[in-house]
Amino acid sequence: MSAVTDEAVDEARPRPASLGELFFAFNRLALQGFGGVLPVAQRELVERLGWVTRAEFIEVLSLGQVLPGPNVVNLALMLGDRFFGLRGALAALGGMLAAPLVIVLVLTAAYAELAGIAVVAGALRGMGAVAAGLILATAIRLMSTLRASLLGPWLAAAFVVVTFVTIAIVRLPLIWVVIGLGGVAIAIAWWQLR
Amino acid sequence: MSIFHPALPLADLLGLFGHFLMLSLLAVGGAITTAPDMHRYVVAEHGWISGAQFTSSIALAQAAPGPNVLFVAVIGWNVAGPLGALATMTGTLLPSTALTLFVSRWGAQRRETRGVRAFTAGLTPLTIGLLVATGWLLVRPYVRDERHAVGAIVLVGIAIVGMLRTKLSPMWFVALGAIAGALGWI
Repeated sequence: MSAVTDEAVDEARPRPASLGELFFAFNRLALQGFGGVLPVAQRELVERLGWVTRAEFIEVLSLGQVLPGPNVVNLALMLGDRFFGLRGALAALGGMLAAPLVIVLVLTAAYAELAGIAVVAGALRGMGAVAAGLILATAIRLMSTLRASLLGPWLAAAFVVVTFVTIAIVRLPLIWVVIGLGGVAIAIAWWQLR
Repeated sequence: MSIFHPALPLADLLGLFGHFLMLSLLAVGGAITTAPDMHRYVVAEHGWISGAQFTSSIALAQAAPGPNVLFVAVIGWNVAGPLGALATMTGTLLPSTALTLFVSRWGAQRRETRGVRAFTAGLTPLTIGLLVATGWLLVRPYVRDERHAVGAIVLVGIAIVGMLRTKLSPMWFVALGAIAGALGWI
C-alpha cells in the first residue's frame, strides 16, 4: 500500500463506517458544489467530518493534479481507495457523480426543448460568456506561477503563447501539441534540474 | 426536438468514445484543458453541434451542482443523446481512473523526484495556454455575432475581474450572466 495509506493509520481519527457513508458524504459535498467542488470538499472532509487532515488533503490533491483527469474526481478516488480499497474508490466516485449527472442531463434535455424561447437562450448565452470569463480568470491566476518556473519566465510565457496559437488558431490536434511542445518543455525543465 | 436525438451511427459513437478515451490521458491540467480538442473534434471536424451549442454545454454544467467535468456528459448528450453522454463520460473517466488508482498505490512517495518536477514544470505553461484557448473558443461564437459581441465581452470582463479581485463564489457570476442574458442585454 502507499505511503499516504501508511500515514493514515491514526486510531483516533474518525473514518467512514461503511461504503454507504462514504457514498453519501461525497454525494452531499458534490451537490453543494456550485461552480466547483474543491472548496466544499475541503470544508466537508477536513473540517466537518475530520476524515483527513489539512496536510493530507493538500498532499492527495497535489498528486491528483499531476495525474490526468479531473482533480476532484482523482481526489475522490484516492480517498475512497484509502478507506476501503477499490470498492471505496468506486463508492466515492459514484457518490460524487451520480446525482449531479442526473441533474445536469435533465437540465440539458429540458434546455433542448426550451432553446427556442428567447429568454432561455439569452440566459444560456450570458452564462456561456461568464463560463469563458471564469476559465480565463483561472489562466490569469496561474500565470503568476510562471515567474518561478524552471523554464524561466520568458521561455515559459513563450510556451503559453505557442500553445494558444497552435491549439486555438491553427487547430492542431492536442496530442501532437502535448507530445511535441510538452516534450520539449519537460526536457528543458529536466535539463535545468541536473 | 425530442430528448432522444437522432442517434449517431455506431461507428461515429465508437469514434467519439475513442477520442474522449485518448483525451482523458492528455488532461493533465484537468478535463477543461482538453475542451479545445473536443471542440475541434465535434464542432470543427464533424459538425455534430455548433460552436454556440458547445459553449452552452459548458455553461449548463457550470450552473448545475457537481464537478465541472460533467460538461463532458452534456457535450455527449447534445451530440447523440443518452448514448453520446455514456460514450463521452466513460471515455473520459476510464483511463484516468485506472491510472490514478495505480499511481496512488505505487507512486505517492515519488512525488519529489526529478522526473515528476520536470513533468509539472514543463506542462504548466501548456495548461495555461490551453485554458486561454478554451476561454477564447467559448466566447468566439458570440463575439462573431454583432448582436451579442459587446454584451459578451463586458460579461467576460466582469467575470475575470470579479474572480481575481473578490472572494465571491463563481456561482454569483453565473447567476449574473443568466439574468443579464435573460433580460436580453447580450
